[in-house]
Amino acid sequence: MIDQLLSIPILAQAAGELADKVPEIAEQASEVVESATADVVSQIAPNAPLLRDVGYLVAAILFILGIKGMTHPRTAVRGNLLGGIGMLVAVIVTLVSGGVSWALVIIGIAAGTAGGAWLAKEVQMTQMPQLVALFNGFGGIASVLVAAAEVLKGFDETDVAIAGFAAGLTGLIGSVTFTGSLVAAGKLHELPQFKQPWSFNGQQPVSAALLAIGLVLTWGLADGSGWEYFFVVVLSMALGYLLVTPIGGADMPVVIALLNSYSGLAAAAAGFVISNNVLIIAGSLVGASGLILCSIMCKAMNRSLTNVLFGKMEPSGESASADEVYEGKIKSTSADEVAMMLDGVQRVVIVPGYGLAVAQAQHVVRELATLLENAGVTVEYAIHPVAGRMPGHMNVLLAEADVPYDQLKEMDEVNPTFAQCDVAIVIGANDVVNPVANTDPSSPIAGMPILNVHEARTVVMIKRSLSPGFAGIPNPLFAADNCLMLFGDGKQALVDLVAALKEN
Amino acid sequence: MDIITALTIFVLAVFVGFEIITKVPPTLHTPLMSGSNAISGITLVGALLAGKGIIGGFFALLAIIFATLNVVGGFMVTHRMLEMFKKKD
Repeated sequence: MIDQLLSIPILAQAAGELADKVPEIAEQASEVVESATADVVSQIAPNAPLLRDVGYLVAAILFILGIKGMTHPRTAVRGNLLGGIGMLVAVIVTLVSGGVSWALVIIGIAAGTAGGAWLAKEVQMTQMPQLVALFNGFGGIASVLVAAAEVLKGFDETDVAIAGFAAGLTGLIGSVTFTGSLVAAGKLHELPQFKQPWSFNGQQPVSAALLAIGLVLTWGLADGSGWEYFFVVVLSMALGYLLVTPIGGADMPVVIALLNSYSGLAAAAAGFVISNNVLIIAGSLVGASGLILCSIMCKAMNRSLTNVLFGKMEPSGESASADEVYEGKIKSTSADEVAMMLDGVQRVVIVPGYGLAVAQAQHVVRELATLLENAGVTVEYAIHPVAGRMPGHMNVLLAEADVPYDQLKEMDEVNPTFAQCDVAIVIGANDVVNPVANTDPSSPIAGMPILNVHEARTVVMIKRSLSPGFAGIPNPLFAADNCLMLFGDGKQALVDLVAALKEN
Repeated sequence: MDIITALTIFVLAVFVGFEIITKVPPTLHTPLMSGSNAISGITLVGALLAGKGIIGGFFALLAIIFATLNVVGGFMVTHRMLEMFKKKD
């Protein structure tokens, strides 16, 4: 006991000595921690870019698999999700690898997510073309801003010449995409300011001059100076506006496909500025996609891209006048008559045109089809590539109205079968079913691929009047022996037809 | 990364793009467009890394907002469309 009591001062003394050593120990400990951290950092640091690049590779693979999923409606949802995951991977590895200003990132992503989600939820399917145009524009301006920030920062890449030149291209393509897309979206949304194609004499030389100056300035950026960049952006914004304003509404599918391609190319160019593979890969995939869609649309209209962008579609003086074609040959019909005719037929092909989308009649069409199917009729839809306002638009509109996608037939698939079709119902389409395209080489639509509805046993045209379509020429189909005109508003005519069928 | 590597990657990716995209049926061209449009929002990665100084930071912030709009809106609206195609399977 006493021994123990005696030992207390000794312990206390030892404790005191220990306490004296605490700062020393703490110092040593922190030294150990510091050196350990330094070790870890020195081990990770060379690996951080590696880790990030592997992440980018994974993202690129996911993008490719994602687009591959789009090759069939069954796999498309998964494909889109893969693309989304790819994007998430790319963003996460970028954030983790450091060097970002978190405040900017959090505010920016929160605002962008809220806005994007709202737009995606609220948009109607008929408004899809202008939404895609708008998103193209956003992508374009984002690339422009990335390159701008890089120009201000001064290029830290080894090769200033390439980064500078690529920055110029990003500014050029991205700015054209931005203003061009905004004008296209305005036209598609039928804003009064953009409704009429607008151009002035000498517009094309002015555009060409702007492009030339832009390219010269871009070349000048290769010296790493940077000031030219902002002139490139301003000039190209004017250029984008001038390029799209003269183009009419009917040609918008081509224009948004092209702008889609540009938004991808702008991202790829931005990838060259900051030496980033995933931007280059994703950007070029999108660039290719837009170009393919653009060429498909041009083929469907039998026009070259230059003709769509710079030419005007003029009705040729040679073609027959409307009076000659239609005189005394038009047979008008009623909903009741058509309903009776549809009784007991085998196969009906519905040909929807953009007029159907305008009339918001896709749901009534679906109702009509269901009634016919219940009566044992085979119903199919023949979709011309330019039926909507963007590639594939009509398919989306019909899918929204619950039309099964296997009933949506492409032109090449359905054309050989019109001879076995009892009734073809054409709603709000004109030029794409005009047989003149095949028969009259002097016609403005000569050579344009059409749906051969005239081969059907009976054709019912639902149309307001005999007025011509975009091509401005009469359609001899209306006067054909097997064609009946059901005059009226597309939706109302269909509603009447459905009511008449239900009565039978 | 030297320019030849970057160009090689660019050209090969364009070829891959052409190969897969020509196989997409016309029925899915609109979702293809909006989906690929969302992918072109990859410039977001560049936006996250951009921005030094006040003006640069401002540009970066705007770039992040626009690119995120593009990415989130694009993928969501594509999903919405594709769901309409899917449910009749």
